[in-house]
Amino acid sequence: MKKLILTTAALALSAGMAMADTVRMGTEGAYPPYNFINDAGEVDGFEREVGDELCTRAGLTCEWVKNDWDSIIPNLVSGNYDTIIAGMSITPERDEVIDFTQDYFPPAASAYVAASADADIEDVVAAQTATLQAGFVADSGATLVEFATPEETIAAVRNGEASAVFADKDFLVPIVEESNGELMFVGEDVALGSGIGVGVRESDGELKGKLDEAITSMKADGSLTALIKKWFGEGAVTYGEDGSVVTN
Amino acid sequence: MFSFCADPDALGTFRWFSCYLTNGVHMSFYLSFVKVLVLLAVTAPVALSFGFAGAMAARSHVFPVSWLGKGYIAIVRGVPDIAFFLFFVIALDQGFEWMRHQILCPDWDAPIRQGNDFLVCSNAKLPLGSAPQWVHQTYSFFLAVITFSIVFGAFAANVLYGGMRAVPHAQLETAEAYGMSRRQTFWRVLVPQMWVYALPGLSNLWLVLIKATPLLFLLGIEDIVYWARELGGTKTSRFTDYPHPDWRMWYFLFLLVFYLGFTRVSEIVLEKLMVRLSHGQATTGGEALRKQVTA
Repeated sequence: MKKLILTTAALALSAGMAMADTVRMGTEGAYPPYNFINDAGEVDGFEREVGDELCTRAGLTCEWVKNDWDSIIPNLVSGNYDTIIAGMSITPERDEVIDFTQDYFPPAASAYVAASADADIEDVVAAQTATLQAGFVADSGATLVEFATPEETIAAVRNGEASAVFADKDFLVPIVEESNGELMFVGEDVALGSGIGVGVRESDGELKGKLDEAITSMKADGSLTALIKKWFGEGAVTYGEDGSVVTN
Repeated sequence: MFSFCADPDALGTFRWFSCYLTNGVHMSFYLSFVKVLVLLAVTAPVALSFGFAGAMAARSHVFPVSWLGKGYIAIVRGVPDIAFFLFFVIALDQGFEWMRHQILCPDWDAPIRQGNDFLVCSNAKLPLGSAPQWVHQTYSFFLAVITFSIVFGAFAANVLYGGMRAVPHAQLETAEAYGMSRRQTFWRVLVPQMWVYALPGLSNLWLVLIKATPLLFLLGIEDIVYWARELGGTKTSRFTDYPHPDWRMWYFLFLLVFYLGFTRVSEIVLEKLMVRLSHGQATTGGEALRKQVTA
């Protein structure tokens, strides 16, 4: 009997240890090139590769989980997954609810896309709900129309519901390129936010530390820069060896 | 899927579609139909039994039990579904984890609620953090079944309660006159006769339940509406071998056909069931059947 209890305890302990090493990565899966669902039905994109590499370096086993953008923060804090790695910019408002690691993607440019070159970006502008861009549009004096998914913001411009869409430029570039001239960039690019970081629970300091360390090492050996160039092109803003932002 | 799918750009329209419609994401889409059908198949009987228990409780002569039944019906029917789905599922999940936490980790000293975070020890997580993704999905499916059953059970309870009251009182008095106990009267006279009164209400509920399945996505289950939205969205050639413009209209049109077809089949089945239940009943339907036989 004693032996049985001991083995059970040992099993429970080892199971506990194995558990601590599995990290569930929450993402949206609808925001290429950051994250999207590929033809095989798996999470793919820049963040998939960065996330997998971070896990390898930090010695974690990782599992990818899809979640709606709307409820991505509530599900993190209630413990359905352990990180948010979904192109989420670090902002003071989000930082009050969750914690962020250091940025693994430099502050990105956001841009306006419209169906005609003379579109008025002060008029009705579409943006995804609860994003930096939505906040920016609301402050800019234009009328903001919000949508739950990035796809719907583009559709709103195509069908004339909004005169322009405001989103991350890297998300918009492939869409504009393949629109056969129907869509185009208008106005100036705007630099928003202070980079994209991995979101973790405020109480999860240990995981945050491990990820921070892994991000630092990826910045130092240039592997993060290589991934950014792979997914965002040679002209993308990258990191130097000391972690400083480099414009190419 | 097919050997010629290696280079989709070079394919003709028919072959292109046969490759496109059989790739990995589409398989997930088809699987989500199975999920919805299984959810309906499991939820309907469970909700009906919740409803039956609720109706029995509401009819009880023991006051606390009757209050419990009536309270269940009134509260769940009064709360909007979407609020119920968002709040109840998180509460249920956290309730399970809290109980497991109390049992499995008695010497955990940190508070469970730290600011916004809900923290239980890793052994109390449900499912365990190390469990494969399908376990997580099954678990959320299970939560979905419970939530749907509680919501629709309350409506079913009200319908069944009404059905039980609609059975002619003379039937029950006759049963009593024959010396049947209260229990015997209930099971042998009341229950077999009440279905015909309850069925129109229950068939309504079934159709509402079919249409309520997209609420699954609120529970983190990738249902057919989620996949239709995801697959129909614009795909650019950088991220897929099958680029296409915004096809959501076609995908949603397909869903429309699916839902309409499904409700039509349900109506036919329910109609047959109604005829079956009306046999020998003292209702207009039963009367019509009797005349057919004699004529």
